[in-house]
Amino acid sequence: MMTTKSVQKKAKENAHKRAPKNAKEALKRPSKTVLPPAIKRPLNGFVRQNSLGLSDLKLLSKELLLKIYDLMVKSRVLEERLIKIYRAGESFFWIGGPGEEAWGVPVGLQIRKGRGPAFDYLHLHYRGTPTLVAMGMEMKDSIRLMMNRATDPSTGGRNFSNHYCFPQWNVVPVSSPIEVQYSTALGTAHVQKRACQQGLTLVTGGDAGTAEGDFASCLVWASRPGRELPMLITVQNNRVGISTAYDGQHGEKEIADRARAFQIRSRQIDGNNPIETYLAIQEEMTYIRKTGRPSFIEAKTSRLYGHSSASGANLAQDEIDGLKNFENLLLKADFLSESQQQNTWKKYEVEGIQAQNEVRAEVQPAADSVWDLIYVNSENADWRKF
Amino acid sequence: MATMAQSIRMALHFAEENLQVKDIFGQDVGAPMGGVFTATQGLKTAWNSPLDERGIIAMATGIAMAGDRCVAEIQFCDYIFNTIDLLKIAGNTHWVSHGNYSVPMVVMTPVGAGIRGSIYHSHSFDAWASRLAGWKVVMPSNPLDAYGLLLAAVEDPNPVLFLKPKALMRVRGEDLIPGEPDNEKDLKRMIDGPIGDRSQWKPTWPKLEKYLVPIGKAKTTREGQDITLVSYGRHLLLCNQVADDLKERNILIEVIDLRSIYPYDWQAIKNSVLKTKRVLFVNEDTEVTNFGEHLCYRVTQELFYDLLARPRVLAGLQVPGIGLHPNLESASVPERADIEKAVLEIIGEVP
Repeated sequence: MMTTKSVQKKAKENAHKRAPKNAKEALKRPSKTVLPPAIKRPLNGFVRQNSLGLSDLKLLSKELLLKIYDLMVKSRVLEERLIKIYRAGESFFWIGGPGEEAWGVPVGLQIRKGRGPAFDYLHLHYRGTPTLVAMGMEMKDSIRLMMNRATDPSTGGRNFSNHYCFPQWNVVPVSSPIEVQYSTALGTAHVQKRACQQGLTLVTGGDAGTAEGDFASCLVWASRPGRELPMLITVQNNRVGISTAYDGQHGEKEIADRARAFQIRSRQIDGNNPIETYLAIQEEMTYIRKTGRPSFIEAKTSRLYGHSSASGANLAQDEIDGLKNFENLLLKADFLSESQQQNTWKKYEVEGIQAQNEVRAEVQPAADSVWDLIYVNSENADWRKF
Repeated sequence: MATMAQSIRMALHFAEENLQVKDIFGQDVGAPMGGVFTATQGLKTAWNSPLDERGIIAMATGIAMAGDRCVAEIQFCDYIFNTIDLLKIAGNTHWVSHGNYSVPMVVMTPVGAGIRGSIYHSHSFDAWASRLAGWKVVMPSNPLDAYGLLLAAVEDPNPVLFLKPKALMRVRGEDLIPGEPDNEKDLKRMIDGPIGDRSQWKPTWPKLEKYLVPIGKAKTTREGQDITLVSYGRHLLLCNQVADDLKERNILIEVIDLRSIYPYDWQAIKNSVLKTKRVLFVNEDTEVTNFGEHLCYRVTQELFYDLLARPRVLAGLQVPGIGLHPNLESASVPERADIEKAVLEIIGEVP
């Protein structure tokens, strides 16, 4: 949690970013002269500095900004709780998405949530916690997955953290093989195209995985002339795949260029800026629902705790923290008081601890359930019983 | 009588009209070709996909996750190998999602040798397929079973692999498909596309009826008491021929057409082996970790003291592929003479 002093220091550091001299001045700017950040700020190369400025606060309502902030904190606290559970020896492995809150929360808030082709399908990778928190996932359900309890609604204790599945929200199972979500997403989008109900398919994944053939499959199939699919294809580019740096592996100027080659509308955004992300998502979702065609977003994001617990899950010191930057901005603009800030972090810390305590006592998967649900209705799949 | 290609086409037509199949797709599956074996000619929901096997399997998986029924085709099983992890995902989705998502999709693919297809049009896939937990795997040996198994596959709520023995695609059956006209020339005129321009052609479908072959149920095609032959697909017909030949020498062979590779009909195998006390498993997939080895293992574990001779597996050689020259192909997969020789050896074995 940030101290008041550190918040003030950070705010001071970031004060040079934009032309307005103070919050009041910035907020007085007429909104019609302010273009969405994604349009006015082309990103060539990686964002290693905070792109948030006070004038950005004019682009969304105060209520929405505070909602985004609240959910970002909740997601961060939850992910840090999952890491603590791993470190306490109460789980076997952690993988997740701290550092992607500024991307994931604005996404989750704009999903048309429900079941079936009329609603949006989500083909997420294993950094989807912020999106699902924004959609209403309870901390407890994430912790159940982390602690592989039988009560885990996503997998029944069968899979890793962040491998979510919520059919009531069209969240299809997250799969460990990298990038297969890009090709299976084609199928749900195909059904949505037929349904003509403006539902779209969202797919997320990392930069390293774009080397896989499924990423190319996605671009090819989504853009077939006359058969374009209503998909929001996204890449969260944190410039590293497990331990391998982006620079030595990617010859393309931007990943977003690959979509352009298929006539897919494409843009690059600062995924550490929740306001820019929100507006970009809003714009692209509107385009997809209106035209039935695909759109592509490459979001530059941070990876705050490494790839997974396999690499220690330690806080990275050299990464931009989109949440902290956003928090500083809200404090500076007096959208958020210090006590509100502290209470927000505390509220979710308490919720996480309580959830962990409750889940700890919940039932574990029974050994004889291993044959359950291989086939629908648990039809026998054990050859010994054929 | 219909060929297997025609029976598959009729099953797919029935499925799109009556079983809510909305997509039949794959490379060259739609017009103008209608499949390299013509098994998808004239179908209203058939369409051509990019030449992308991974995309085909993934598209089918996504369609199934969204609740629609589809039948996808990989043009030859020789090209399915780069989709293995996607097949695994389709197979494990229901289990790993704790029943949240089911994946009711059918994947058809031609398998096996017998058409001088060289190394990349002769692979078998039954042994590989049997290791894809969560899938059901079927393989017909005649047009009527192809019709019934395919409809059962479409109705099944799980992913089903429908292996087409490519050497049998033009072979006619001995039974009419329910609704099929008696005269095969009439059927051809009704549902076979013309040679050349087919842009204006539309099939006239016979009034087909529903007919299901339950997945997991074998069929005894020859009854006997001296030895049991267990096979499926193309080699089932060879086993039948061997049984007919040796009957003249007073050797009575029981032949079981497994039809379903997984789940398989153990009770049919067990009951037959308990009667004959000798068994030979025959298929053309490569011999090391062959599916027949699993069945043979089970026989030794559960029926060992009932046997009069060592159970055996006759399968394809453990070679990288099927060589094009007929001498190479014949040397690589079991031929009729090989089956007969193995039968006589087992029959001659005295405990």
